Amino acid sequence: MSDPRDEEIRRRQKARAVIMALLLGAFVILVYAITIAKMGMHR
Amino acid sequence: MTTVTATTDTALPADWRDLLALTKPRVMTLVVFTGLCGMLAAPTAIHPVLGFTAILCIALGAGAAAALNMWYEADLDALMKRTAGRPLPAGRLDRQTALHFGVGLGVFSVLLMGLAANWLAAAVLAVSILFYVLVYTVWLKRRTPQNIVIGGAAGAFPPVIGWAAATGDVTLLPILLFALIFLWTPPHFWALSLFVRSDYAAAGVPMLPVVAGANATRRQIALYTLPMAAAAVAPWPLGLAGPLYGILAAALSLAFLVLALRVLANRASEPSGMKPEKQLFAYSILYLFAVFGALVVDRVAS
Repeated sequence: MSDPRDEEIRRRQKARAVIMALLLGAFVILVYAITIAKMGMHR
Repeated sequence: MTTVTATTDTALPADWRDLLALTKPRVMTLVVFTGLCGMLAAPTAIHPVLGFTAILCIALGAGAAAALNMWYEADLDALMKRTAGRPLPAGRLDRQTALHFGVGLGVFSVLLMGLAANWLAAAVLAVSILFYVLVYTVWLKRRTPQNIVIGGAAGAFPPVIGWAAATGDVTLLPILLFALIFLWTPPHFWALSLFVRSDYAAAGVPMLPVVAGANATRRQIALYTLPMAAAAVAPWPLGLAGPLYGILAAALSLAFLVLALRVLANRASEPSGMKPEKQLFAYSILYLFAVFGALVVDRVAS
């Protein structure tokens, strides 16, 4: 029998890890788009 | 019993929903909207990606300020019914996590704004976050009934930031938009503080109804409505907006004034008799959305 408290800790850690991964992915895409936009402005 | 729950919960890693709640998402919608309108009202078009990033930075900056506000005010929030369920006073989040989250988000939003838009917009964003946290939250809120009057400046920055992000400068129109929100804040918050007065009194916050009484607050609400309406209509006679905006702003301000006069005429001392105050509070939110929306519609139409 696993401790319900450990399960809750794992659940929260997993949720935060998933959200952090999504945010980092979105940030990479945003920086890429900003770079393309800035390069277009200076042409 | 409550203490045991709080101690147990703070040992857990923070739930992402509690971190999100720290940013006061509902307040953020008005901040984002006024920032977006400031940007769309500017005469210079900004690249959509950079415009999106600038608005994102305004939202993140507002979220950072809200998180730092909750970090500092956790003790106060615990004393008020309206705020006792927030993540920190409820014991679902520890204060250090909230502090790190707020500082990190604030620094990130300012740097991203500087890199994506320009450093003037980034500087105004930084000033707005620091003003809200240091001037309003730390300095004024617990010391003076003028807390909302001066602290209201913090919430007035978004249209200036949006404009600065698009144009790289700050001219008369964004300053008038700043003045509009600055003068709108006292009637908006005082209407709320009239019907949650006991909450503020219990927490020892010197809001105007607690310090000066309900009727003095009602007079101040009516008085502030006049310069607020003038600031709302001013862009039209000054040639900064067209008649469509001018007429809509005048009509919306007139309705605001009528509701403020109904508040002035009310003599109720219990929240159950404060229907005019509740109506004014609800309308004040709609008013700001509508006036800023009218400015953008006017700009697009012309």
